[in-house]
Amino acid sequence: MFDQLSDRLQATLSEVRSRGKLNEDDVDAAMREIRLALLEADVNFKVVKGFTKTLKERCLGSEVLDSLDPGQQVVKIVDEELTALMGGAGRDLAYASSGPTVILMAGLQGSGKTTACAKLARHLRESGKDVALAACDVYRPAAVDQLVTVGERAGAHVYEQGTDRDPVEIAAWALDRAREEGRDALIVDTAGRLHIDAELMDELARIRKRTKPHDVLLVVDAMTGQDAVGVAESFAETAEFDGVVMTKLDGDARGGAALSVKAVTGKPILFASTGEKLDAFERFHPDRMASRILGMGDVLSLIEKAEKQVDESQAEDLQRKLEGDRFTLEDFLQQMRQVRKMGPLSSLVGMLPGMGAMKQLKGAEVDEGELDRVEAIILSMTPLERANPAIIKGSRRKRIAAGSGTKVQHVNQLVKQFDQMRKLMRQMVSGKAPDPQQLAQMAGGAPRPKYRRR
Amino acid sequence: MSTSWQEIFDLGAREPASAEPEPEGEEGHRGVFRRLRESLSKSRRALVEEVSASLFDQLDEETWERLEEGLILADVGAPTTAEVVERLEREVEAGAVSADGEAVRDRLIEILAEVASAGRGPIDLSGEPAVLLMVGVNGTGKTTTIGKIAWHLSREFGLSVILAAADTYRAAASEQLAEWAQRAGAELVRSAPGGDPGAVAFDAIAAARARGADVVIVDTAGRLHTQGNLMEELAKVRRVIAKQMPEAPHETLISIDATTGQNGLRQAKVFAEAVEVDGVVLTKLDGTAKGGIVLAIAGELGMPVKLIGTGEALEDLRPFDPGDFARALLAE
Repeated sequence: MFDQLSDRLQATLSEVRSRGKLNEDDVDAAMREIRLALLEADVNFKVVKGFTKTLKERCLGSEVLDSLDPGQQVVKIVDEELTALMGGAGRDLAYASSGPTVILMAGLQGSGKTTACAKLARHLRESGKDVALAACDVYRPAAVDQLVTVGERAGAHVYEQGTDRDPVEIAAWALDRAREEGRDALIVDTAGRLHIDAELMDELARIRKRTKPHDVLLVVDAMTGQDAVGVAESFAETAEFDGVVMTKLDGDARGGAALSVKAVTGKPILFASTGEKLDAFERFHPDRMASRILGMGDVLSLIEKAEKQVDESQAEDLQRKLEGDRFTLEDFLQQMRQVRKMGPLSSLVGMLPGMGAMKQLKGAEVDEGELDRVEAIILSMTPLERANPAIIKGSRRKRIAAGSGTKVQHVNQLVKQFDQMRKLMRQMVSGKAPDPQQLAQMAGGAPRPKYRRR
Repeated sequence: MSTSWQEIFDLGAREPASAEPEPEGEEGHRGVFRRLRESLSKSRRALVEEVSASLFDQLDEETWERLEEGLILADVGAPTTAEVVERLEREVEAGAVSADGEAVRDRLIEILAEVASAGRGPIDLSGEPAVLLMVGVNGTGKTTTIGKIAWHLSREFGLSVILAAADTYRAAASEQLAEWAQRAGAELVRSAPGGDPGAVAFDAIAAARARGADVVIVDTAGRLHTQGNLMEELAKVRRVIAKQMPEAPHETLISIDATTGQNGLRQAKVFAEAVEVDGVVLTKLDGTAKGGIVLAIAGELGMPVKLIGTGEALEDLRPFDPGDFARALLAE
């Protein structure tokens, strides 16, 4: 978004910049662009209005007008203000000092509560907690079955009493049972409800009173439009929620709803759900998310993922090899395997700064099948060939192609690409910024990067 | 005149078995208005506040700005909003519309209805059996909508309906559909969890042919339009259906949640690229969200809304009517 916004702003201000002065009309024009970009991202209209007002005041202040490069200054202010709007560092759940930590989940229909419950359960299980789930959605057909299935998949105990009892009673019963069985946490799944449905909102308030949750989490779909604010305000009133779980963030929604909910209710976003699988659930970092929304990539998350997979000493070893230009296809194979352990490449690409803006990567899919082929080709080489790709000529190519079930061209392409990559890596080691085009090819990792969908 | 059930379904040569397919008559029709108006005016920040009749009493810069505000808050989106407001403003300035509050308001409703009317047509159920494919993002209300459509077809038109549980991914999805099938008096074809969705669709059509059923409705797993492999899977389900019955699916509908913002346009576009979507079912209109994104979808993609969902009960499904929608949006 910010890439776009920044481009638009730069264009608006470029003429001004050549003159070196900004007047109020120029600032107004810039504000219109910002307003449109934010509305396009589903940031609530009222939030946008307040935001552009603050922005305009700052932009008309002396820090901009007197600066040598007012255009650049405006861009910087937008960045600062937007980050401030997203809120500071995130927070963790409030854990009980003794007895089970109770977490109540609420939200509109279809926002992804049941899935979020299971994902949260799995998340807590990862830190060694014994988790139980209470099935209090007695309205939606088969909701209890769904929670039982996904809950068990997440390694949690699912407490259910079918659909004939009052959800408030089920919640109270589940809490008693969680206490008796000494669980560390109880996550209460509730039925999706409209914020204007007085009866069901009252039921939610009663569940909250009976179970006294340590945290009430509102589940919000990242694709929600202008109405997100109204929904959040109503739930804040009745359910007094403490934080937000943002779901379906793996789509291409710009997530302006997230920004708006935070801005209007002041409640932080604690978790983000980012995929179909149960482990696609993470702590939400507002600062990082701001930069993701802004199209600046999420390098910190990428580094964290890498740290989990990459052995420090191996990394140093690699660094030495790169510096000494001794990087071989064998090393390449090891690297590729490590990177692939971090998750599907398509999700990693999104975390790289600038990648979001690259046209050829927009909606592109990294073809994992191509990577399998690369592996097969390298595995069909002798150790000598892997260390010394230059010797791969005529008959060796044929043998490797036959051995890996590929064609001679594929072997050629791999060798050629490996050579390019070595050059690129040398650049990176020597501290030069890599050419994004080359990086993209590397991210594709394949002899022929295939971008199937635009 | 609002759109009736007869107009929204094209049953081909099939004669509706029910003698009085629209038993509600005029009374029911007023009921529709009331329901829709009620559901659309519940919001505290309803468009009515932004676009009250008095807004047009004095026509100045502020009028247009507030109208813009109202439409944007209804998720209509900036480009479509700008188009509508500019057009109205131009017409008023040119004198084509008299600068009288009521006249401007009526013209606004006309323009909104016109935008919403792009690409309109009935739901094609003329095939024998007719195959209806339901697609959409997770949590937008596909399964619920299918249950309601099945109920209407069997109750209002006396048709025999088979539901295909091709959402083999989400836990308990087929149980959910089974419940709806039972309520609607439809048959269900399903497979084991994790089964091939295409195979389920294939079996359902085969079953419909063998039993002489009228309509097959295929439920698919919710998927984000950005997940290429899942979209590919959906395209495959469609191919499997077309292979078995060349002109099928006769109708492909996407469910769009009324609370969806500008992303709805992307959803409609990408799904249409994968499976040739014929129309939209706008769900969850009983909340405070106005579903204004469908104006952008109709206006920019020419993809019409065909049905609206206004609640969780079987009867909470209505044919979409552009005029009613525009009027309800402004809470006339």
